[in-house]
Amino acid sequence: MIVRGHERVLVQGITGRQATYWTRRMQEYGTRIVAGVNPRKAGITHCGVPVHGTAREAMEETGFDVSVLFVPPLSVEVAAIDAIDAGASKLVILTEHVPVRDVMNLVSAARAAGTEVVGPNTAGLVTPGECFVGFMPAFDPSIFRPGPIGVVSRSGSLGTLACLNVVRAGYGQSAFIGIGGDPVLGTRTHTALEALEQDERTRAVVLIGEIGGDMEEEGAEYVRRMSKPVVAFIAGRAAPPDRRMGHAGAIFQGNRGSYASKRRALEEAGALVLDTPSQIGPALGGY
Amino acid sequence: MALNIPEHAAKAKLAEAGVKVPGGQVATTPEAVLRVASRLGPVMVKAQVPMGGRGKSGGIRSPRTPDEAFSAAVDLLGSRLGGHRVAGVLVEERIPVAAELYAAVLNHPAGPARRVVLSERGGVDIEDTARTDPGLIRTLDIDPRADLPPETALGFAIEAGVGVAAPAVADVLVRMYRLQRDSDAELLEVNPLAVTGSGGVVALDCKLVVDGAAAPRRPSLAAAAAPEPLTGRERRARELGLQFVELGGDIGVLANGAGLTMTTMDVIAHLGGRPANFLEIGGDAYTKARPALELVLAHDGVRSLVVNFCGAFARTDVMVEGLTGAWLELRPSVPAFFTIDGTGSSEARRMLRRRLGLEPYPTMDGAIEAAIRAAGGGAA
Repeated sequence: MIVRGHERVLVQGITGRQATYWTRRMQEYGTRIVAGVNPRKAGITHCGVPVHGTAREAMEETGFDVSVLFVPPLSVEVAAIDAIDAGASKLVILTEHVPVRDVMNLVSAARAAGTEVVGPNTAGLVTPGECFVGFMPAFDPSIFRPGPIGVVSRSGSLGTLACLNVVRAGYGQSAFIGIGGDPVLGTRTHTALEALEQDERTRAVVLIGEIGGDMEEEGAEYVRRMSKPVVAFIAGRAAPPDRRMGHAGAIFQGNRGSYASKRRALEEAGALVLDTPSQIGPALGGY
Repeated sequence: MALNIPEHAAKAKLAEAGVKVPGGQVATTPEAVLRVASRLGPVMVKAQVPMGGRGKSGGIRSPRTPDEAFSAAVDLLGSRLGGHRVAGVLVEERIPVAAELYAAVLNHPAGPARRVVLSERGGVDIEDTARTDPGLIRTLDIDPRADLPPETALGFAIEAGVGVAAPAVADVLVRMYRLQRDSDAELLEVNPLAVTGSGGVVALDCKLVVDGAAAPRRPSLAAAAAPEPLTGRERRARELGLQFVELGGDIGVLANGAGLTMTTMDVIAHLGGRPANFLEIGGDAYTKARPALELVLAHDGVRSLVVNFCGAFARTDVMVEGLTGAWLELRPSVPAFFTIDGTGSSEARRMLRRRLGLEPYPTMDGAIEAAIRAAGGGAA
């Protein structure tokens, strides 16, 4: 789940407006972008890299490790399966509004092939000082700089605010893992926590969750066994029941997915749960 | 947004998939109900609203005569149940029942898997059974790329203790599994699944919730979906493609991204204020700054506004440009309190000073505390 500077990155859907903008930002930051994919524009050069018709061709002709998908929702499953079949080690799926059925299919295929999936509906991954994959402001030194704090977040905007508070407190990040705002995700909270627990640069973890689903409760089970301290903030305490709050995954019904349930699970597991993101800095004191 | 398919349309899907459902018809007038009831014999009259606990709220009636069916229809049609107006009732034949089961197929995110659920205790809320007798609920997780093999379904039904009905139940589960998959459903629930005297099974009720993200490729289901119970302003926001929820407090909220918007509400509440709304204006929504601002300010009770931008994908300079432009056009009288960080923030802060003469707060908490004071409330 942590992306490293040596990894070769393929951009699927590279010729789109947003993809072009963010490919350039990734390149400026030092991400090793090696190729792009657009089935209708194979053969051209875009952002200084070759564009292939499929991920499979990109693997044969250029080679890559990670693929980042800037692809429309109903095309994501086909694009992801193409990258998985090509032998990608990681997929970062940024697209929002991918049908859940397609997500389940592609995650199942990825698992069978040994490919890691991050997202969909994620802002991506950042390893400050090395590279980033997705659309995070990695290049803003008031938000990202190298350091010992691992950050996991369902939300991109709130994850950015969390990283800002980490830097304000005088720390930096070992890695940012945006897991995404959808109900079904390739990387769930506990898997991201495992990656940070095993990462030797990480000394403490900031976990940014939100209402809906049971990922935080499942993650709390893993927090019990972690050697590293975990500081958490869960968004949606003031949200009314039965209403989706922007993210498709952010809804609670009855007690399922509620703020209270998540907070209790994390506190019982030994995590420090904060009332506002501005408490992140003081809470990291000493780590 | 998830699509709630009304019972009668969901049952039509079940019937198409080869699952037996009671004969019946939707009626929108008491006279039509009387005609259908006279033709079918003993009937049920069921309000077509997408809500749980419909029976307990009086939305399901079992009249003894066609005249009673008429009275039930007079009572139900046009009334409100669970925030929904009852525009139609389903009149269907009453089935003699030997036993009531629960059957469902749903998406299980932790797998991910397609999860089949079966309980010998049907006709009650599955959440209640989960609390009192979790042992009576059986689940079977299937790889989402695989079909449910009939022999697996049969073994599962036998294990769940459904007795002589096992072959019929297994057949229904296989059909439900395919229907859930092929209709992009989040949930397909049959409760109760009635076992009749002859060992056959009939779906007496059906809940079908379709993934809103799949609406573009499921146009007929999208057309059949029940409208969400939204306020006028929420409906207007939906038409504009904005995520807007009214909350009733006095501090308006404008932020980018679902997580940050929720957090802004949370911190307002935590510091003793009352948020008026959830309104997300990230991504491409900045082009809708003017209608967004109008929506937030249209609520009479709003006495101050928090604008919280933290740019990642969404650029704060672009959002502030849109918002300050709308502000200068609308010239609202409520005070606004800004905090701006992330992508494009230095330019965004400059623009805010230049165009509105406002100084952004260095932290979100600072902006929120000031907004609470301006609204005249809170402990701040």
